[in-house]
Amino acid sequence: MRRLLLCFGLALVSSQAVADFSGNIALESQSFFESTRFDDQLDNNLTLSAKPKWSGEWGGGDDLWSVELFARADNKDDERNRGDVRELLWLHLDGDNEWRVGINTMFWGVTESRHLVDVINQIDQVEGIDGEEKLGQPMIHLKRYQDWGVLDFLILPGFRERTFQSVEGRLRAPLVVDTDQAVYESSDEDQHVDFAIRFSQTYGDLDLGLSWFDGTSRDPVLVAGSDSDGNPVLVPLYEQMTQFGVDAQLIYEDWIWRLEMIHREADSNDFNAYTAGFEYTFYAILDSETDLGVLLEYSYDDRAEGDRGVFDRDVFLGGRFAFNDVQSSEILAGFVIDTNYASQSFRVEGNRRFGDSWKGTLELQTFTSIDSEDPLIALEQDDHLLLEIAYYF
Amino acid sequence: MIKIVTFMVVMLTIPGLSQAQTAAEKGLEIAQAAKAYDKGFTDFTADMVMTLKNKSGDTSTRVIRMHTLEVENDGDKTLSVFDQPADVKGTKMLTYTHGLEPDDQWLYLPALKKVKRISSRNKSGPFMGSTFAFEDLGSQEVEKYTYLYLRDEACAEWTCFVVERYPAYKHSGYTRQVVWIDREGYRLVKSEFYDRKKSLLKTLVASDFQQFLGHYWRPGKMNMVNHQNGKSTLLEWKNYQFKTGLTERDFRSQSLKRIQ
Repeated sequence: MRRLLLCFGLALVSSQAVADFSGNIALESQSFFESTRFDDQLDNNLTLSAKPKWSGEWGGGDDLWSVELFARADNKDDERNRGDVRELLWLHLDGDNEWRVGINTMFWGVTESRHLVDVINQIDQVEGIDGEEKLGQPMIHLKRYQDWGVLDFLILPGFRERTFQSVEGRLRAPLVVDTDQAVYESSDEDQHVDFAIRFSQTYGDLDLGLSWFDGTSRDPVLVAGSDSDGNPVLVPLYEQMTQFGVDAQLIYEDWIWRLEMIHREADSNDFNAYTAGFEYTFYAILDSETDLGVLLEYSYDDRAEGDRGVFDRDVFLGGRFAFNDVQSSEILAGFVIDTNYASQSFRVEGNRRFGDSWKGTLELQTFTSIDSEDPLIALEQDDHLLLEIAYYF
Repeated sequence: MIKIVTFMVVMLTIPGLSQAQTAAEKGLEIAQAAKAYDKGFTDFTADMVMTLKNKSGDTSTRVIRMHTLEVENDGDKTLSVFDQPADVKGTKMLTYTHGLEPDDQWLYLPALKKVKRISSRNKSGPFMGSTFAFEDLGSQEVEKYTYLYLRDEACAEWTCFVVERYPAYKHSGYTRQVVWIDREGYRLVKSEFYDRKKSLLKTLVASDFQQFLGHYWRPGKMNMVNHQNGKSTLLEWKNYQFKTGLTERDFRSQSLKRIQ
């Protein structure tokens, strides 16, 4: 399947004289302040990544193609020497129908601190724990416009396993996840064909989305096991699941209200979860051109303790400064407070442009007063600073 | 007191001012005529090169491809595709402009592949760090202002109506604008913007006008100078094309991938 798509992509690239080329190359340094919690973990690392994209059109603009690749090389962590096809897509426009065939990355949902509804793509977890970096997913996708809303029908052949930190990696659980031993509930394993349907519509200032997914859960259950040397490891088990999701956003004056809600049914557990909150923006604060957005979101998950993930009964409080200057400078700061354990994690990220083509990002993440019962305890010594310089073309 | 009453009576009997049409009515009439003159363009696309200049002369460039669709009985729909600076390349901004109601606005973020509905409340904020505010770039709907006709005056090679207008929509950064509109082609030749403290904030001068479809005038250059901080922004418009066949389908929020 992959090879077929790649051939198709290359054929397109070569047949297309006018292709648009863009992307970035980035150098990133990560430094951890505290000694490692587990043996073999690293204290700092340097990585180089590239994300080139080509796109073009033919057939008078009714057919478009795009290819987006991602590659990273790490000076220490082998698990981060890797590449992925984020997009290899043919888009065909046919009146009120849009067809997308190939590998694509989609984003569903509205909340900022957690992405419950967004289940089409697998998370590329070694690239970040916020779930916003995703692996490309093979799909046949029909988008159909009706007067009463937009319908998306997706057929998803082929499954991508979640990436996990290696033994050297920081920000991981005590036991390493052995991705080579991944097991599936379905006998089709990673060849199971999944389906999804989404309805979405705008009603004035309200945006509403309803979604349904049936297939292999992107979220593995981690089961105790051992590797070939007999060391304890975690083995990812990918179950079959059905998920219903609702996402809604309402804009009212200086407020934006957001809600995501899911009901998921799987062998190990049936559960409900939601994330809800608001963003309130103070415009032109202190007579400057800076806007300050204040975000508050609450996440709830009704699974029993131990079965839920790290973000179960958490409050997210964030602030977003947009300086509206020539360099598009921005600062984002966020606290996550676990209401069960009173654990706190804090992250602040600042970025700005340098000249016309460079962008610098500085990010600080800390974990404080983590309760020893909280699964987040594994990350307690992983406070770190990240500096990234990216060149865009 | 008697003096004032006498003065007012005299003022009212001066021919011209006592006629049926007041300065407010004449101002409105000019705005309506300008809108009517521009009616029927259907759609147009153009490339916009923005050069931002600060007090010490440092410059920074933005390149944006604009697509505009005329909408009957409502504000236009516009889709802006960012080409430069490179870190925002592929970002798209879709706006359904309205008269007095807040605009509907969506942003497509290519890094996240996410379409995000955003608030259009920030009318007075700078657009891409330039001296243009979002409200300076929106479509010119008649009901957005109340008007007062001031005088006729020579402007560039034309004779202009000079009209004062006061924002009727919420959250404007201005208390008033003074605009120079030429009497023949309704070209918006010059605008002065007065801030919330009523001081002169910015001046916009449009030039290098070209006529399209034998009727519609569009500026080739627009220079906005901020008198208070010494910054300026030059907009150069290139490759204007009218009636390109754009339809409502090209302006759907879900479909921001359609125009590359």
